[in-house]
Amino acid sequence: MQYLVSVIDDKTASATPEEMAAIDAFNDRLEAEGHWVFAGGLAAPDTATVVDNRGEAPLLTDGPFVETKEFLAGFWIIEAPDLDAALALAAEGSKHCNRRVEVRPFLTA
Amino acid sequence: MSAADVRAAITRVHREEWARVVASLARRFGDLDVAEEAAAEAFATAVERWPADGLPPNPGAWLTTTANRKALDRLRRERRRGEKHRETQTMHDVPLEPLGAVDDERLRLVFTCCHPALSMEARVALTLRMVGGLTVPEIARAFLAGESAVAQRITRAKAKIAAARIPYRVPSAADLPVRVSGVLAVLYLVFNEGYLAGSPEGDPLRQDLTGEAIRLARLVRGLMPEGGEAAGLLALMLLTEARRTARVSAGGELVPLHEQDRGAWDQDLIAEGHRLVRERLASGRAPGRYQLLAAVNAVHTDARDMRDTDWGQILALYDRLARLDPSPVVALNRAVAVAELDGPEAALAIVDRLGERLDGYHAFHATRADLLRRLGRSRESREAYDAAIALAGNPAETAYLTRCRAQLH
Repeated sequence: MQYLVSVIDDKTASATPEEMAAIDAFNDRLEAEGHWVFAGGLAAPDTATVVDNRGEAPLLTDGPFVETKEFLAGFWIIEAPDLDAALALAAEGSKHCNRRVEVRPFLTA
Repeated sequence: MSAADVRAAITRVHREEWARVVASLARRFGDLDVAEEAAAEAFATAVERWPADGLPPNPGAWLTTTANRKALDRLRRERRRGEKHRETQTMHDVPLEPLGAVDDERLRLVFTCCHPALSMEARVALTLRMVGGLTVPEIARAFLAGESAVAQRITRAKAKIAAARIPYRVPSAADLPVRVSGVLAVLYLVFNEGYLAGSPEGDPLRQDLTGEAIRLARLVRGLMPEGGEAAGLLALMLLTEARRTARVSAGGELVPLHEQDRGAWDQDLIAEGHRLVRERLASGRAPGRYQLLAAVNAVHTDARDMRDTDWGQILALYDRLARLDPSPVVALNRAVAVAELDGPEAALAIVDRLGERLDGYHAFHATRADLLRRLGRSRESREAYDAAIALAGNPAETAYLTRCRAQLH
């Protein structure tokens, strides 16, 4: 079962070198214990472009699709047997990246 | 057996067997929705058949078998309709170190329904439905909520349990203390809602809710005999429930402890509560929050009257509680004991320091009003009663506070 662990932030480029090192260490552990699927940090929301190609031609709009005070700063996709295991990993992740995180299951086919 | 006897027997079997039937189906089919529906259908079949056929020799086994058949029928129907075969692994049954010798299926059900990833409202509704066997209309009535809102709350919770794969098991030893206190918090909330409902409509006391909370606390305590706090919560509920009839007058007004007719207290409940408190004391382990609150209530129910109450003992218990839980509400209750020992002035000094954090809490203003009254500061007392009345939701409490205010000089 896979879970998306989203990192919630309210300012951009705010990660300290200590936080980055802690995140690296946590990622190593996720890999060693078989929970790692994918992870990444995202550039600031104002670097986003919205693409809508439901009409005749693609329509491009500058900026995120919704302006919010808080935004997605990065994410992990983890493999875990159930929500309790995912929540325990997310708690570790929150500590290491020093941010709040949201855990959301992927749809299972 | 008369028709009335059969009806009574069905009610009794429903109370005793509902959680077991749901839990065993949830375990087998890995889906709370299937389990709930099949259990409800099995009980409906019993209501139809038992009056004619008589009670089966083992009603619990009959219900489980019937419910199993209903669940299989439903799954077969869904497959035939071409629906995706249900993921029977939705609720994972991961073997973990067993909790002592006790690992009842019902306990798994309780922990799943009280999972911290669900909202408190959802946990309460789900626990009352799945473990307590209350119907959606019954839960809606108890909480003065709309039936569709309650039904939706339960449906959403079941969907989240399935989609996010909330496990169906007793938590690991490391998580257990936190998760048990989560379960007890749900039961305490149900009890308090029944004991002093916060809403101006409806009865001031809801015995259906207090009774259900006590029944569930008994179940949890029986399933986890080692858990001191489960025993503490049960004792606290019993000692509170024992005073229920004395607590609201015939005129629907709250009767404070010092005016209650102690002869109207339920001595059986008091004896059982005292027995539990003594058992916890004898265990020699440091008591938690519920055990301390139960001990406070044991002191109250031990006293012949207000003057006979061992306030020193009560203050000592609140001192311990304040160390465990330094919340302003505990400090407020502690101040009531201080008033009895050191007088209203000392208590008022403590209470006034809590004003910033408890300004929106009716009991803060009611306590202040009483202390100011005892100090002869009528004008300030009246203002405090006004604030308390404006915030109190319970009709019996409002009636009592209004009388107190009217009696001021």
